[in-house]
Amino acid sequence: MPLDAGRAAEKVARQSYGKLIAFLAARSRDVPAAEDALSEALASALRVWPERGIPRNPEAWLVVAARRNLMQAARHRTVEANAQTTISVAFEEAEERMNAAGSAVFPDERLKLLFACTHPTIDSSVHTALMLQTVLGIEARTIARTFVVSPETISQRLVRAKVKIRDAGIPFAVPPRPALPGRLAAVLSAIYAAYGLGWDGLDGEEERHSLAGEAIWLGRALLAVLPNEPEAIGLLSLMLHCEARRSARRDDSGRYVPLDEQDAAAWNAIMIAEADALLRKAGSFDRFGPFQCQAAIQSVHAARRLSGTTDWQALTTLYAALVMMKPMLGARVSQAAVIGRASSATAGLEQLDKLDPRDIASYQPYWAVRAFLLTKAGDDTAAADAYMTAIGLSDSPAVRDFLTGRLKDAWQAI
Amino acid sequence: MQYALIIREAAEDFARRGDPTYRDGWVAYSQALAQAGIMTGGAGLTGPETGTIVRRKGEDHDVQDGPYPDGKEQLGGFYLIDVPDMDTALEWATRVPISDKGSVEVRPRLQM
Repeated sequence: MPLDAGRAAEKVARQSYGKLIAFLAARSRDVPAAEDALSEALASALRVWPERGIPRNPEAWLVVAARRNLMQAARHRTVEANAQTTISVAFEEAEERMNAAGSAVFPDERLKLLFACTHPTIDSSVHTALMLQTVLGIEARTIARTFVVSPETISQRLVRAKVKIRDAGIPFAVPPRPALPGRLAAVLSAIYAAYGLGWDGLDGEEERHSLAGEAIWLGRALLAVLPNEPEAIGLLSLMLHCEARRSARRDDSGRYVPLDEQDAAAWNAIMIAEADALLRKAGSFDRFGPFQCQAAIQSVHAARRLSGTTDWQALTTLYAALVMMKPMLGARVSQAAVIGRASSATAGLEQLDKLDPRDIASYQPYWAVRAFLLTKAGDDTAAADAYMTAIGLSDSPAVRDFLTGRLKDAWQAI
Repeated sequence: MQYALIIREAAEDFARRGDPTYRDGWVAYSQALAQAGIMTGGAGLTGPETGTIVRRKGEDHDVQDGPYPDGKEQLGGFYLIDVPDMDTALEWATRVPISDKGSVEVRPRLQM
């Protein structure tokens, strides 16, 4: 089977699947039942489509297949009678609405599902996983692998969350304007977390890479429905900036290359241009927020492509703003790194010393930045020790090798 | 909650134990565990060819030389860590510097 046909089929199947779940669940709110009816249809689509081509109307194909599965299951009495009726009706309605709406209503339906998945009554640690499974139809097994938890654990959590959606009467709707900013933040965080999972998957992990693509796709779908939300625009800009550098993060022999040593010519200029245009558009609304701020930080890094230098002073200002809005550990560590570049290594280290020791004991970026700043400050003995901890905390062989190289330099300097 | 991280290595890994890069990876990992204050025990073990196996045979004991590695994974050592939950234990398991031929098994300690 040609790989591309397989991937194209998978993409269409996933999108159709998510769309159908959205249609079905919006009516019955019974996500588990809708999923049971559809997941087998999806599995056969992934088997059949790459061989026979993608049907002209993928949704209709899936609906028919799912209904057939439902009938078969009913014959084997594995489906409760009332669930079968509910879902059958929902299927018919979904089909009617799909035919009536064409494709105009689709992003909207999927968006409602996104808001349901990230509802405040659902534990925020499940938001991203739930979104990946219900909106994109990604298997629990894949989700478990990317989150590094056991498949049983993730399945249990997803089941619990879906039962809650059904039983707590969580609305399938885009929240009204006054409630939107707070609710949107949860949706954006879940999408960005999905992108982050894909961002980490560099070492030949195809499925993770595709997660990054899915997250960008969701970001675009969100803009199609909410074109005037500057933070949503900022998120897409941020993801595109990161994506533009994907191939430059490893050299020809697969070695890790840190951002400021990357060959700017290898970055994707088209993506950068789009990301910057989005950032300007977001800025025109005059409602600054954390995602726009992170996109602006990436934009400053991207500017090196044209200017040949990095404006560390501008980065210092932006990180100060980001930490004020959202004092996340990652942002505070990065802030110390740019202060170390803009003013002095000592000033950067002072910034690191302000962090709570309990937070950073097993936080790899902290130790890598600390080691870098200690080297810059000329304390090679302490730097070697920090590099050692950073290496021990790395989960990527490429990063481990890169830091081991730096560790050897530090040892030689002692 | 205590978990054992059981490390199995391939014959190639046992052979690389003298290689500073491979060894330093393990030293660094042990240091990171200690720094995080979660290591409650563990040990690296010498290669399987140095082992001896004792079995009960009725009233007697049968003593045999350890199995020689034949390309399959063999026990290389273990860590005992004390972390809040399985997810955290798995997070630490991803940081173990095994090669792509080795494995880490995470097992909760038996509560007596």
